[in-house]
Amino acid sequence: MNAPLTHAHARPHGAGTRRASVARGYRFELVKLVSQWRIRLLVLACWIAPALFVAAVSQQSTLPVDTLFGRWMHATGWAGPLVTLGFAGTWALPLLTSVVAGDVFAAEDRLGTWRHLLVAVRSPRRIFAAKAFASLTVLLLLVAGLACSSAAGGVVAVGNQPLVGLDGHLLTPADAAVKVLLAWVCVLAPTLSLAGIGLLGSVALGRSPMGLLLPVLVALAMQLAQMMPLPVAVRLALPSYAFIAWNGLFTGPAQLAPLLIGTGVSLAWAALATALAYLLFLRRDFTNLSYDGSGRRTVTVGVLPLAGLVAVTVAVLTTSATATATGSGIEQDKVQRSVATAFAHLYRMQTEQLHRPHVAEAQLKAEATCTKGSLQTAAQGAGNDWRCVVSWHLPGVDAAGQAIYQLDVTPDGRFMADGDGPKEVNGYFLVRTPQGDAPNPLWQFDGNVALLATSKG
Amino acid sequence: MDALLAVRARGITKWFGDVVALDGVDLDVTQGQIHGLVGPNGAGKTTLLGLLLGLAVADSGSLQILGTPVGRALDAPDGVAGFVDGPGLYPSLTARQNLAALAALRGDDARTTAIDDALAQVGLTDVADDRARGFSLGMRQRLGLAAALLTKPRLLVLDEPSNGLDPAGKKHVHGVLTRLATDGTGVVLSSHRMDDVEALCSDVSILAAGRVVFSGPLSKLAAEERELDYRVRTSDAHAARRLAAETAGIRLVDDAGARHDAQVLVVRAQVPALDELVVRLVRAGIAVRELSPVVSPLEAAFLALTEPEEAGR
Repeated sequence: MNAPLTHAHARPHGAGTRRASVARGYRFELVKLVSQWRIRLLVLACWIAPALFVAAVSQQSTLPVDTLFGRWMHATGWAGPLVTLGFAGTWALPLLTSVVAGDVFAAEDRLGTWRHLLVAVRSPRRIFAAKAFASLTVLLLLVAGLACSSAAGGVVAVGNQPLVGLDGHLLTPADAAVKVLLAWVCVLAPTLSLAGIGLLGSVALGRSPMGLLLPVLVALAMQLAQMMPLPVAVRLALPSYAFIAWNGLFTGPAQLAPLLIGTGVSLAWAALATALAYLLFLRRDFTNLSYDGSGRRTVTVGVLPLAGLVAVTVAVLTTSATATATGSGIEQDKVQRSVATAFAHLYRMQTEQLHRPHVAEAQLKAEATCTKGSLQTAAQGAGNDWRCVVSWHLPGVDAAGQAIYQLDVTPDGRFMADGDGPKEVNGYFLVRTPQGDAPNPLWQFDGNVALLATSKG
Repeated sequence: MDALLAVRARGITKWFGDVVALDGVDLDVTQGQIHGLVGPNGAGKTTLLGLLLGLAVADSGSLQILGTPVGRALDAPDGVAGFVDGPGLYPSLTARQNLAALAALRGDDARTTAIDDALAQVGLTDVADDRARGFSLGMRQRLGLAAALLTKPRLLVLDEPSNGLDPAGKKHVHGVLTRLATDGTGVVLSSHRMDDVEALCSDVSILAAGRVVFSGPLSKLAAEERELDYRVRTSDAHAARRLAAETAGIRLVDDAGARHDAQVLVVRAQVPALDELVVRLVRAGIAVRELSPVVSPLEAAFLALTEPEEAGR
């Protein structure tokens, strides 16, 4: 009885239909986003709060030494934006992507405006593009606010001084500014991956609060994973690694391999999650009033490809000839090199601060011998039971100096070295700097083990 | 003749999974006509309106809107406007901003005068700069209609446009729809309010379980050979009751509407028998002060045509 849908005389595609352009849709989406109080408040907070936070913390006697670069907040204004970046990667950016990208589709379900929008725009594809671009724009505005505000707060409150890198070498203010900017640019990639997940959650889960919370939950799950003793390949296969891979910019030479891999993985996640969201959105039936796009099959379709991407990435990294990505990446010789390098740079700094005769890092010939627990050789893996004995030579002095450090190495390769004597070298005492009294730079310092480095430096 | 058709649907079928929402629906709506769509909940009205707005495509059948065949793409020809399941409004924007944003989206000049005119037509000038968040359902309905007017539609599709309207709002909306139809716009509206449909529509389609069980002029419904209940208020109820009992084709029934009024009797009859009763009453010197159907012809037809369908499920 029912004839198939008549197509033979169908008009050419689009004839007679005036669709709204993506540019107009984009403007419309921006108007809607910016008219929301919570978005306005977020923009305001991102452009003001970091400056106030950095300025306030920089004036405190106790610094956030648990956060990377936190111990240098008295010394230079460029430490502030990096502390903010560390915090943002953990909390702020997942939350921002949740509120913006995680709600951009679900908001239409909540307001019951899908049909209105479809009738006005007449193209689900253009609606998707407009919403994706608009949420991306707002996210970029928020991230730019965090970066600019924290940098301005630091420079105004503390000053434009050199920054101590993660291997102890001193970056000029100009270098520091460029690297801080690069670090913020680098975290755009994992932010985009969370934004893609936000779009996917918003499309796949409809009105469910899970759709809104998905980026935060995924980010937390990945951060938990990064805290576990996972093989490097798995660690790098998760987009969350790119939130910490910028650390490699602050060593000399820069650890670019993990940064590039992390960025690539993040962009792949962003592209795949956005593509899945797009496909799910186009398949949605907007006449079924009770259906908001959510469903077990929909969720499965969204999750499986991302799990597949992780598996493929792990396989590629594991079989890659350029990287030893199967273990934890934290090995004895790498720890020894990192500690010795940082010690040498910081020794030189200490020498200058104490107005002693100038000594170059090369002259010191610093070496470290590290053990982990009872393991004297082939020590590896994260833990707070690393112990290093650093030895060095001063020009014209036959005897080698020695200092002991207790190390807490985290699974992501970051370590904190705590001086354990002799007190005159790495004990706690204050030294006079142009910015005021500061703790002995050799007392406690942060460093970074290159998880992927294979060649001995 | 087809050139005058705003909508021409033949054998439209639409499935949602295993459920058939529309089953071989035919529909003709001429330009300049207000066509009512009535039916019980779940009859397929919203699905049909969604097809007309380009929100979905039929699984089979053919559909022409404003003379243009609709293919598989999710779109509708230019000139179609309206809403289903309530108007889509953004609560954080004012009434004027909602309209301006929509006009800009469609690429129309967001001229203040056009927006002001649309707001004035639906009686929302006084609240033009208030956020839609605080609007009542009736105000939202009117703003939704104003949004549709901005696009200067040639086919207007409205789902329950009278929901939540107070008498003044209803007057505005009825006035707008009538003017549009007079100017040649085809209007398709669904409603559960029979009085609205009767007041506005020249033609009506009754849907039940996804099928059209009646489609045609309202007058045809009234002319159907069907007995209706009528309330008759006279100057002498006792004498009137006696005359009614003596008139062929007239049955006295209890006033089940609980509006017990000694001056009113309720009779069940076809139109010719009712005419005869009125003649007799007047000849007997009994004044007829009110004569109205207990339920309207449309509602009676609706109940008669759709209840068996519902019982059959």
